[in-house]
This record gives sequence, structure tokens and C-alpha cells, in this order.
Amino acid sequence: MHRLFFILPLVVVLVLVAVFWRGLDPARNPASISSALVGKPVPPFVLPGLTPEMPGLGDADLRGQVTVLNFFASWCAPCRAEHPLLKELAAVPEIRLVGITYKDRLADSLRFLAELGDPFAAIGADETGRIGIDFGLTGVPETFVIDRDGIVRYRLAQPIDEARLADEILPLIAELTR
Amino acid sequence: MKTARTGWLLPLICLVVALPALAVDVPLDDPALEERARHLMREVRCVVCQSQSIGESDAGIAVDLRRLIRAEIAAGKSDDEIRNFLVERYGDFVLFTPPFRAETMVLWIGPFVVLGLGLAFMIRFLRRRPSVAMPSSLDAEERQRIARALGKDGGENAA
Repeated sequence: MHRLFFILPLVVVLVLVAVFWRGLDPARNPASISSALVGKPVPPFVLPGLTPEMPGLGDADLRGQVTVLNFFASWCAPCRAEHPLLKELAAVPEIRLVGITYKDRLADSLRFLAELGDPFAAIGADETGRIGIDFGLTGVPETFVIDRDGIVRYRLAQPIDEARLADEILPLIAELTR
Repeated sequence: MKTARTGWLLPLICLVVALPALAVDVPLDDPALEERARHLMREVRCVVCQSQSIGESDAGIAVDLRRLIRAEIAAGKSDDEIRNFLVERYGDFVLFTPPFRAETMVLWIGPFVVLGLGLAFMIRFLRRRPSVAMPSSLDAEERQRIARALGKDGGENAA
């Protein structure tokens, strides 16, 4: 028992070292929230298109094939930054890339797409942000990967970057479309 | 004279500038319902600015969630229904008081376990002390040396 008292401070120090070591890991973001939606079916929704002629988007459209869903807005600078990578995703033949504009004026969304190109097979307009809440959105851009059964398999609550596209999104798509 | 004529302008500009802010947060007509809504808003974490509640935050999503909470309360939803609604979408993290479950057990019980361990060690330590306590009284030789040191016998002082 006496010996334990001498070892105890060492044990405490080692535990603290482990805790702080983990805290120093640059890949760890303490502010990131694990999505409540991953592993669950997409919430039911139906959104109109940007113009009466353009197709809208609903949860029924997210079943049947692997879908990448991107929330974006014309007022969001990071959305502009990730746009070229969305075009790369749109070129993947096995998937369908769809978008939802989040709290954006229809005319502004259209101008954004006219300027940068429209990689989306269909776009729903969520002008009030209410559907965003159903997806647990914290901001834009956010990207979801949804499997054939309409189950959310992945959520990225930040802009897509080259590394995440290559290391996380594309491998997952390959796995889901196999 | 000029200031007197344009004096009304500043308050008017302030009012016009502040109007959008007022339009965003329309309190419920029933003060009891509004009180319930405000209470819930203090419990819900803003998912963007995480150390603030949605009641305190000006983030867009916080404003939206405030509006949603008021709408749900006005529609007759219970506090628990609204909490569940938010947890389904944003996870347990969205509540400042996490629910008591297997995954959150450490959060709830951890501090008490640490407190218990601390108490156990303290009690052990305090119990042990009497065994190393000093002898209760001085023996004859010690008493003699004290007497000498205090100068009752002058000869020993120098030694």
C-alpha cells in the first residue's frame, strides 16, 4: 500500500501526458460536432427549383443511387472556393451530385451558377433554411454522401478540399457504388 | 437652430436601422409561453458559437432556431418534444445539459468518482497520522535538559 503512494504521482502524470498529447494533435478539432444524421435516413423534404423550369429536389430523389448532396449559397465565400471540386465530383459517373441553396435569393443563386458553372443534376431552394435545420446544418458549405437506400453515410461540415475528396469522399463513393 | 430642426433625425435613423433586428425576434403574445421559449433558448447550445446559448447568439442559425422554438411552442409542442427535435438533428451536444445515458455516464458520474477517491485517500491519510504522533510526554532526561537550557542550572548554558 505504501509503495502505491509513490507510484501514484507517476501514474497521474502519465495520464495527464496522454490527455495533453491528444489535445496537441493538429488533426483533432474539439469544436467539430459528430453528425446526428450519419447512419440515419435523410429527413423528408420537398424543395422547389430555382426557376419554375428547373427541377426541384426532395428526399425521394436521394434514393436509388449514391448521391452527393451539397448545401451552398451565393453569399458564402468558401462555397466559391470548393466549387471546382464539386465539378470533379459531378464527373464521377456512378453518382448523382445534387445541391440545396441555403438562405439565398433565387436570383443570386442563379447568378452564382451562371458565373461558376452548374455541376448539379438538380437543385432545391431552401430560402428559409428550415430544411437545413432538418439536416443539422451549422452553416454552408456542407456536404453529405447518401447511399442507395437514402441513408446518410458521411457528412462534411466544412468546404471540400483536395485531401478530403481523395482520402474520404471518393473512397466512400467507391465502396458504396461497388 | 439647425440642430433643433434636425434633432428628430438621429432617433429615426436608429429606429430604421434597428428594425430588421426587431423583426427577427418577435416575442410570443402569451408571456407564459414566451417565458418557456426563453428558458429553452438558454438550454440550447448554438452550434456555430459553441460556448453561447442560442438565446445569446446572433449567428444566423441561432436566430433561426429561436424562431423555430417559438413557432413550435405556439403550435402546442411540449419542451421535451422540442428538445428531442433538436437532439435528433444536432445530437446530444446541442443541449447544455446532456441526457443521462451510457455514453454520457462518465460526464455525470466522473466528478463524483474523483471526489470519492480524493476523500478515500484523505481519510486514509488522516487515520494514519496518530500512529506517527509524538510521544505523549517527555521522559525524565528530556525534562532535565529543558530545565538546564532554561537556565535553572547556569553551568550548562554554554554547552
